[in-house]
Amino acid sequence: MSTAAATAGVRTGRARPATMAQALGRALRDSMAADPTVHVLGEDVGTLGGVFRVTDGLAKEFGDDRCTDTPLAEAGILGAAVGMAMYGLRPVVEMQFDAFAYPAFEQLISHVAKMRNRTAGAMPLPITVRVPYGGGIGGVEHHSDSSEAYYMATPGLHVVMPATVEDAYGLLRESIASDDPVVFLEPKRLYWSKADWSPDAPAPVEPIGRAVVRRPGRSATLITYGPSLPVCLEAAEAATAEGWDLEVVDLRSLVPFDDETVAASVRRTGRAVVVHESSGFGGPGGEIAARVTERCFHHLEAPVLRVAGFDIPYPPPMQERHHLPGVDRVLDAVARLQWEAES
Amino acid sequence: MTVQELPGAAAYRPTPPPAWKPLTDPAPLLPDPEPFRVLGTDAAAGVDPELLLRLYAELVRGRRYNAQATALTKQGRLAVYPSSTGQEACEIAAALVLEDRDWLFPSYRDTLAAVARGLDPVEALTLLRGDRHTGYDPREHRIAPLCTPLATQLPHAVGLAHAARLKGDDVVALAMVGDGGTSEGDFHEALNFAAVWRAPVVFLVQNNGFAISVPLAKQTAAPSLAHKAVGYGMPGRLVDGNDAAAVHQVLSEAVARARRGEGPTLVEAVTYRMEAHTNADDATRYRGDGDVEAWRAHDPIRLLERELTGRGLLDEDGIGTVREAAERMAEGLREQMNADPVLDPMDLFAHVYEEQTGQLREQAARLRGELEAEQESGAEEGR
Ligand SMILES: Cc1ncc(C[n+]2csc(CCOP(=O)(O)OP(=O)(O)O)c2C)c(N)n1
Repeated sequence: MSTAAATAGVRTGRARPATMAQALGRALRDSMAADPTVHVLGEDVGTLGGVFRVTDGLAKEFGDDRCTDTPLAEAGILGAAVGMAMYGLRPVVEMQFDAFAYPAFEQLISHVAKMRNRTAGAMPLPITVRVPYGGGIGGVEHHSDSSEAYYMATPGLHVVMPATVEDAYGLLRESIASDDPVVFLEPKRLYWSKADWSPDAPAPVEPIGRAVVRRPGRSATLITYGPSLPVCLEAAEAATAEGWDLEVVDLRSLVPFDDETVAASVRRTGRAVVVHESSGFGGPGGEIAARVTERCFHHLEAPVLRVAGFDIPYPPPMQERHHLPGVDRVLDAVARLQWEAES
Repeated sequence: MTVQELPGAAAYRPTPPPAWKPLTDPAPLLPDPEPFRVLGTDAAAGVDPELLLRLYAELVRGRRYNAQATALTKQGRLAVYPSSTGQEACEIAAALVLEDRDWLFPSYRDTLAAVARGLDPVEALTLLRGDRHTGYDPREHRIAPLCTPLATQLPHAVGLAHAARLKGDDVVALAMVGDGGTSEGDFHEALNFAAVWRAPVVFLVQNNGFAISVPLAKQTAAPSLAHKAVGYGMPGRLVDGNDAAAVHQVLSEAVARARRGEGPTLVEAVTYRMEAHTNADDATRYRGDGDVEAWRAHDPIRLLERELTGRGLLDEDGIGTVREAAERMAEGLREQMNADPVLDPMDLFAHVYEEQTGQLREQAARLRGELEAEQESGAEEGR
């Protein structure tokens, strides 16, 4: 996986406010400009520019053959992408919403994830599957699923999720440049989050699989990613009032998982809470807590706790705030890290 | 309700489906290349005036419903609304051709069909308002939940119709899907199952020209969507989707055929989506006003109004009465939708399983505690 791709491109601009959606679009554009084998395909990605406008302008700039409105069939889109990749192209597929990627699961699990392995390395598939995912935008049924646990349970897939504007750009470029398939989960409710950012001089990006410490702290570690990162940063600020100095680690990808950064942090702080909005049972937090426990057992002052969405189908929008883990639930977990008092 | 308590479950005796004879002559399956029309042709004279008047009243009411629901999105009373303005003839005919015992399988755009079938206008909107996923008991109304993932309701319709048949019940299922939805694998699998099982199903494709921004030409290379039926071994019918009498007739024939045990039919109704995909969509990005204007001349209400007034079955007074009734419906809808729905957050855990797991009971207790604390601290509900 090359980091060169991330820094390629003309450097002329100055930093100005950009949204995550714009940074993603710019990453697609720059990837297409840098590599003629990069093709974008999906529902409404052409003329409309995608329902979130991430692909806006690509069809105009690169033509319908490079940015293609497909028939409405997710299995067909991803299946066709497999064939395109077999023939040397680098398809970037857009699934319109998290829950509409499910018809493509057969292709994803049986083929995209396994082709390298099935062919003893002869036929890797450089496919990026972009999935707008997660809740918090008031979407009706089937528009707010957090599906990362399904993907991370499938060996052969990278599972990447940006939480900042800079990472949206850098990680997407890295994903497209990757010779392995990447499920790229775009937190919908952060699409309109902004940062001062220069598309022409993007911050250098680490390869997929490195977590970063977004806020250093001494008394406990919040381990999180994607849409829950802003929640954790806010909780960390709020917790200072209670005397807690929380460290916040942004995983940036679940596969590969950065054990070193996470374990180093927990060894420093001795306490950890995993925060994500997908359901807790069978969710990413269980895996993460187990890994942390295995590596940091002797450093832990309390069990690794999880703050997650409830184990229910994603609720109707008027009820979603009760389901999504917010600052209060994170703070409650932090309070429970006073393990001696509780046990 | 457990499975054993379902109506008719005790009497359930599976019987094999009727023997399948492959069709040797595909000719009767092929659709006529011209969409079938009634209004403005000699055939219109043969249609029961009562039916025409009923269709008219429902169309006007339906359009008013669409307008009211769209207005409610602007006031934030609905999260989103996919209007079926321009497509009312399909919606209404789909509801009216069914008997009470039959089933309707609507997509997310088909609120109007559900309301025309008798569903309470507010209950039909809960999905789009966002207070619950399905605001009605599907079994009570024989309307499956409005379906958001495209085409996934079609195999359900086939299965239900098949099951009814096995039980010896005289039930037909009518399933609705958009032109874009016909590209999904589920559409093809549903058609194939239906034909092989000779299930009493009618598939109604509302071809409204676009799947969000994607025009039909990028969706299919077939001469028509109705042609898709032939390869599966069922007849395909093409009908003018803005001609309420024609849609009603074609669907009635398809339902009758299904009821006679002759198997499924695929009906393509050619219509046009006059509004954007939903209130959140910007249609100017992918189509010009001119296209919309051209279809205005072929508006389903106008077509029917012309027929009825031309034959002296309807006058200004009659039109006024129909509009007034529609206005009253809209008023009632507005009033009810302006009241905040009463929500119980504990409902989140109520219907995940028949019996709550220990895990869910624990989570419910935690939420209850949070809510009580919120109330105690006088914190305002809803951050
Ligand atoms: C499986 C699936 N993929 C994508 C979507 C997102 N989506 C919602 S409506 C729509 C277009 C549907 O077009 P069509 O079937 O023609 O029906 P219409 O909206 O025109 O009534 C799309 C792509 C979805 N709901 N389900």
